[in-house]
Amino acid sequence: MARCRVTAEEAGTRTLVVWCPDWSVLASEPEPAAPVIVVRANRVVAASMAARAAGVEVGLRRRAAQRRCPSVEVVDHDPGRDARAFEPVASSLDAVTPGVEVTRPGTLAFATRGPSRYFGGDDSLAERVAWMVSGALGGRWPVRVGIADGAFGALLAAQAAHRRGAASVVVAPGEAAAFLAPHPVVTVLEALDVPGEVDVWRRLGLRTLRQMAELPRGDVAARFGNPGVAAHRLASGLDLRPLAARHPVPDLAVTQDLDPAVDRVDRAAFAAKALADRLHARLADDGLACTSVLVEARTEHGEVLARQWRHEGALSASALADRIRWQLDGWLTGSGATRPTAGVNRLALVPVEVVAARGRQLGFWGGETLVDERIWRAVVRLQGQLGAEAVTVPEVRGGRSPGERVVRVPAATVDLTEKRPAARVESITEPWPGQVPAPAPATVFADPEPVLVADARGEPVTVSGRTEVSAPPVTLTVAGRRPVRLTAWAGPWPVDERWWDPARHRRRARFQVVDQEGAAHLLAVEAGRWWREATYD
Amino acid sequence: MAVPAPDLAALRELGERVRPLSAAAERVLPVPPAFAGLIPQGGLVRGSTVVTSGSAASSLALALAGPATAAGSWCAVVGAAHLGLLAAAELGVALERTLLIADPGPQEWAGTVAALLDAVEVVVVQPTGSITPTVQRRLVARARDRGSVLLQAGGCSEVWASRPDLAVDSGASRWEGVGVGHGRLRARRVEVRISGRRGAARPRSAELWLPGPEGQIALAAPAHPGAGAGDRPAALAAPAWRDAG
Repeated sequence: MARCRVTAEEAGTRTLVVWCPDWSVLASEPEPAAPVIVVRANRVVAASMAARAAGVEVGLRRRAAQRRCPSVEVVDHDPGRDARAFEPVASSLDAVTPGVEVTRPGTLAFATRGPSRYFGGDDSLAERVAWMVSGALGGRWPVRVGIADGAFGALLAAQAAHRRGAASVVVAPGEAAAFLAPHPVVTVLEALDVPGEVDVWRRLGLRTLRQMAELPRGDVAARFGNPGVAAHRLASGLDLRPLAARHPVPDLAVTQDLDPAVDRVDRAAFAAKALADRLHARLADDGLACTSVLVEARTEHGEVLARQWRHEGALSASALADRIRWQLDGWLTGSGATRPTAGVNRLALVPVEVVAARGRQLGFWGGETLVDERIWRAVVRLQGQLGAEAVTVPEVRGGRSPGERVVRVPAATVDLTEKRPAARVESITEPWPGQVPAPAPATVFADPEPVLVADARGEPVTVSGRTEVSAPPVTLTVAGRRPVRLTAWAGPWPVDERWWDPARHRRRARFQVVDQEGAAHLLAVEAGRWWREATYD
Repeated sequence: MAVPAPDLAALRELGERVRPLSAAAERVLPVPPAFAGLIPQGGLVRGSTVVTSGSAASSLALALAGPATAAGSWCAVVGAAHLGLLAAAELGVALERTLLIADPGPQEWAGTVAALLDAVEVVVVQPTGSITPTVQRRLVARARDRGSVLLQAGGCSEVWASRPDLAVDSGASRWEGVGVGHGRLRARRVEVRISGRRGAARPRSAELWLPGPEGQIALAAPAHPGAGAGDRPAALAAPAWRDAG
């Protein structure tokens, strides 16, 4: 048996994790008890309790989720909103410990050594923290607390508490490996971003963390390299990198004076990006990458705000910039208690934990990211000038009419530096019966225009319930213009949408028509009224 | 033995001197092959202004922007809330490299377009008001400097104070596949006429499939110079407008 024995000094740091399940849903401020899903790139990333009760799961396609729960409200994923809403939660624990680290919006962690002794043991600390965070959220949302050796074990303990319906689960010291053993190997995705390897392990028959931990570490390293070793450490109940992580010398910190002081988030984003680039370049010069960073802001009135962010993989420059922006957003637009009384005039980034930079794949032509620096700059500038919602990117959705099939998603909510399969037409594979066939119209009216369609006698053309046309359409009149003669027409194509929902049920029939000037239009008739939905120009 | 440090400034200057001004292929953005024969330079000249008009104005603009985005360039659309994005994808525009900017309003329009010309290769606009000579000069200078193309999709070409570099006009569309009460729109033939300044001073026209029965953009009838022109190649024709910039 090659299982490693965990020695006392190697065991993971005893950590408490607060986990708010489906945080993105809460951050979107839903109606209580309403079914809500949060969607990113057409996949469900979080679902409210009511939606889960209806059978919606994380990872489902949007359309499948809507089929299972037709009344569900769909909210686009916005990491900035999540982070903004989480800041009050993080600051509610400042009375317990100064070392609160936000892992991601909805999850925070801190070392229990001091607080646990002060509050009389792990159990009473867990109870107290759950009570405090729950109070910060106004009792509207479940809060789960887990304590174990190592942040990974503590997170799984918090999730186990959620499954059991308990407020907290405390794993006794030294028991982390035994606690982790029965968990499926997929759970390492909570801490490591290695979906490809996890898939291979699963297919090789490594289904639980126990099976992973029982393999000799050297063999895992030989076959799977870095990600394998990291997963093996997690499965054995060890911290991800207590050996490699070292506390950096203080001069790695970068600061930036802001003159005039910044009190708007869009302006702060510029400073954040520049600062993140500087820190990243400085660390890269030393061959280092940052896994935990302290964001510190000083205001004109001398207040100092600080919050630590952690990322299990190394933070890239743009990931760093995002976290600074979220944090400033949380401070500057937060509630009265945490909000500074003046603008921020100094920003500092202090790397708290660094590791050797390795395993980062550079682009073939030397570029690190797909998106050019210039484009990022232009996007941020226009967001500041015209508002964050003014800059959007297209994303492909399922749907029947041409306008439904491509939607505009705020650029702030997507990562332009990554490949976005959701922006490709091929990403929709399921058929949509009743879809308007290609070619698509080059002009699609956001609000369809009312038009008149008449037959040879000048009577309005109607379509019966059995989709029979009263007479061939002969003229088309667009408001404010002379009637034009139609030379060709095709249809009607009936569309019966959302028949299960009385409020949003629509029954329409579509026509394609070509007028005497050769222009083609997509018309729709609904309840006896005609609309021009699009023009093929 | 210490090697004397190279004089970096002098080396850099030498490098500038021996560098070719720019390769011909770098100066144009690719266009669909059907258009390449109609435009004297074989593509959209970087730094130029292009206007599409006629019955297929939007489709023409999207078709011209498509190959550049497919080759890795970014494209931005300012205003133009009605532009059909699905049609854009079908005509070859890579939606993952497309930015959409809400209508900035007349006050911010010039600044927005200038910022985008700085960042992306193709900026698609639909100006609503007229553009003053000062603003046009500024935008053209910015486009030349950054090597980007300003592409107006439809609307009136008269909004520009001085004539754009390339005008792509379309005659009447002829739709195929749709009859009287049957069929559906499948393909369109459209007469495209390209004229402009410099090499494109003499108009050329051709009948194109936009799109064809299989969704392709192709020549339906061969290119020929505009009516009344002789056999002289268009490149030799005397330019009717001199380049003001």
